[in-house]
Amino acid sequence: MTTLTAQNIHKTYTLRNGLRFSKLQAVKDVSFELTAGRTVALVGQSGSGKSTIAKLLMQLEHPTSGQLLLDGRPIGRRGAALTAYRDDVQMVFQDPFASLNPFHSIGHHLRRPLLLHGKATAKTVDARAAELLERVNLSPAASFLERRPHELSGGQRQRVAIARALAPGPKVLVADEPVSMLDVSVRLGVLNLLARLQREEQLAMLYITHDLATARHFSDEILVMYKGEVVERGAADDVILNPQAEFTRTLLKAAPEPGTNQRFLAEARRRGVPMPDHLAHREDQ
Amino acid sequence: MTTKPNTAAMAVSAQRRRLPRFLTPTLMVGGGIVVLITLFGLIAPFFVADPNAVDNMGMQPPSAQHWLGTTQTGQDVLAQLAWATRGSLTVGIIVAVMALFLSAFFGILGGYLGGWLDEAFSLFTNVVLILPGLPLMIVIGSYVEQRGLILIAVVLAITSWAAAARVLRSQTLSIRGRDYVQASKIAGERPWRIIAVEILPNLLPVMSSSFVFALVSAILGEAGLSFIGLGVVGTHTWGSMLFYAQNGQALTLGGWWWFVPPGAMIAALGGGLSLINFSIDGIINPRLRTAPAAARTARHAQKEAAAA
Amino acid sequence: MSTPTPDPASAAAADPAQHHPSAADLAASAANRELVDIEHLRGDDSPLSQEPVLTVSDLSIEYQVDPPVRAVRSASFQLRRGEVLGLAGESGCGKTTLAYGLNQLHRPPARIVEGSVTFHGQDGHDVDVLGLHGADLRAFHWSRIAMVFQGAMNSLNPVISVRAQLDDVFTTHRPEMSKAERLSRSRELLDLVGVDPDRIGAFAHELSGGMRQRVMIAMALALDPELMIMDEPTTALDVVVQREILQEILRLRHELGFAVIFITHDLPMLLEISDRIAVMRAGQIVELETAEELYFAPKHPYTRKLLGSFPSLTGDAGDFIRAGYSDEETR
Repeated sequence: MTTLTAQNIHKTYTLRNGLRFSKLQAVKDVSFELTAGRTVALVGQSGSGKSTIAKLLMQLEHPTSGQLLLDGRPIGRRGAALTAYRDDVQMVFQDPFASLNPFHSIGHHLRRPLLLHGKATAKTVDARAAELLERVNLSPAASFLERRPHELSGGQRQRVAIARALAPGPKVLVADEPVSMLDVSVRLGVLNLLARLQREEQLAMLYITHDLATARHFSDEILVMYKGEVVERGAADDVILNPQAEFTRTLLKAAPEPGTNQRFLAEARRRGVPMPDHLAHREDQ
Repeated sequence: MTTKPNTAAMAVSAQRRRLPRFLTPTLMVGGGIVVLITLFGLIAPFFVADPNAVDNMGMQPPSAQHWLGTTQTGQDVLAQLAWATRGSLTVGIIVAVMALFLSAFFGILGGYLGGWLDEAFSLFTNVVLILPGLPLMIVIGSYVEQRGLILIAVVLAITSWAAAARVLRSQTLSIRGRDYVQASKIAGERPWRIIAVEILPNLLPVMSSSFVFALVSAILGEAGLSFIGLGVVGTHTWGSMLFYAQNGQALTLGGWWWFVPPGAMIAALGGGLSLINFSIDGIINPRLRTAPAAARTARHAQKEAAAA
Repeated sequence: MSTPTPDPASAAAADPAQHHPSAADLAASAANRELVDIEHLRGDDSPLSQEPVLTVSDLSIEYQVDPPVRAVRSASFQLRRGEVLGLAGESGCGKTTLAYGLNQLHRPPARIVEGSVTFHGQDGHDVDVLGLHGADLRAFHWSRIAMVFQGAMNSLNPVISVRAQLDDVFTTHRPEMSKAERLSRSRELLDLVGVDPDRIGAFAHELSGGMRQRVMIAMALALDPELMIMDEPTTALDVVVQREILQEILRLRHELGFAVIFITHDLPMLLEISDRIAVMRAGQIVELETAEELYFAPKHPYTRKLLGSFPSLTGDAGDFIRAGYSDEETR
């Protein structure tokens, strides 16, 4: 069982404005645990510090205080220990138009991590890359390998980005708003893909989002962040259906939700039908 | 490349579509001029007479024997022009290559690595940037007796890389923050490989543009130095031809064939390289490239609308 | 909303364990106070009338590139006075092109190839919008149909104060107004959209994103338009601010009685605010129905697909996504 633990992490940025310095506390005393096969959702508005946490987990930044433990041991910061950490912890970025280098082919994006992490040799790398593409439902895989990112749709690009994150064979996956830049009709497809991969690989997943509905359905535990702090945490259904913190309630109130709208409830009574579950339609399409 | 026929066909058709877009008339004309001048500088010196051979016939207008006439000391202008073209181009290319390396080193490395190194590199770049180029060249030029081609090239290079370094630094800073660079860090790429494979290709248009700019300004700078008598000693360049023409009072004696050819060459090469630069700008910033076409389409649409 | 929401006072008392700073509480509860149910604003006394304000018939817009692209195909609909019409669709479906075309704000190479747009003014005169040119068109733009664009809050001029920008609208379109009148009207407008009128001297960078968007709405309202076209006016904003702006729009519609065409990809949001919704796909309006009908009995498969793309927050679809079925999505 792989666990990635964040213990009381703080992150303070020093901002320089000419000769004046000011401090910005992006993350304040956040702790959580990611365990195999479970998803933790990190919910909050822009600027709440949730993306900073992704950067800290990926070691693109280092916490000002507090520590990160992988399987109970402090994580390696450089050299072979860092490479080993990157074997285990990978990330999917928000914007699939920015996370793939426009200059390189899809194949390049998959071959590099495979080679770097010793998952393939020069001989087998193409076959392994094709396998990865098949796993994210991009087929025929061979036709994608030589294509450039701009020839793909947003949903396809995000699948490539997921394939790249899977290449090193990670145990922990951080997904930073993986569907918010995608067209609405392909969002659930990508989320379903992530859910399936998680189940198959028993990944520990951190799902960062501002969307409460997918957070609820997609994760086991929800952490609500506000201005760098976790203001509420708990089992997904508890947080959404029985929120305790003031801020969570505000967020919930602001989310569009026709299903609880008096106008639609009245209409349902008038029509004598239950409220529809539109997701059920998906199956017969 | 894959052997899948459909992919290959796609690549070919993509190329066919892409090719004409880059080969704009601007690029073709500019490239044509530069290629002609380069070929002249490469090949002509093998076929012309000794450019230094003195003849007591004095300054003569163009004739069958001397196509571009002779100088005051009876030297063949065409022969001098051929060697001068080679000399000027050599200076230009040496300077442009050196400036490219210097600007890439200070700009990209500083921009990517950041921190105190970036601060130090930026400070150094800014100091070099405000060094007044021409006076510095004059000072060094008049201080050193044996002004070889390399020395002049080094002086020109030192004073001309800083602006490009600043552009490259700001570009690197913006690319460094992009997700695909972060993603390759997460994939475990080494810094040098991130710079070389992920960042550098995206800087190529900017670098080629500043290379061309450095080439033009080096040739012009060398011509300027030579013209005031502080240029390369012992090698013919366009500037040195103009310097001797000025000394030999070509202008007052009406010897246009002596100073017009090197002047025209400088103007033509500068123009040609500038045209190339414009089209590179168009590639970097597609809006510049498509602006004329967009205006045409707009006019066309308006006309049709009016007709309808 | 019917999420269990104990009243704020007792909730605050109930969880003393939450020791986050009071500033957070204050900000949250301040926002909370403003959030009311949107349907409350869409009560029975909605200003919706049967009288039409805009009639669009067979409007087709083409991008005259090689080969030409039909961005809008034979769009027809009638908008009633005071109605909120939602225009839903994904990127590239032509919804923005349609909105711009309605108002002749489209730029070449886009061209209207056929169809007509008729504006039925309050004064009883019909205006053939597509026949307007030059000064007539400019006058029409602001005073009859106003537009609020996506990311409009970033199109405020950064070096001119809000006051000067509002003033500009009046000096251009209402030259007969005196300086004092312009100022009092500007303050009134800011008050209307929920911005403290004393902030009239502020510059764009001194205002938050939500405030800037409110100022843009105030500018659009300046000349009492009869129709507002809003293209993703809240997409770039955080969800709480988004909600406040939506409320504001609905409240203003209630008070002033203008019609709204609201463009977004966010179908649940449209369901809550719209009277009718048009679903667009590949340039065509595939379904145009009342919000209720669309929600309970969507006819077009694409509408069903869009509705199915938004999991319900409180609904019992909990295990659905994670149950995992084969992904048919490979687009």
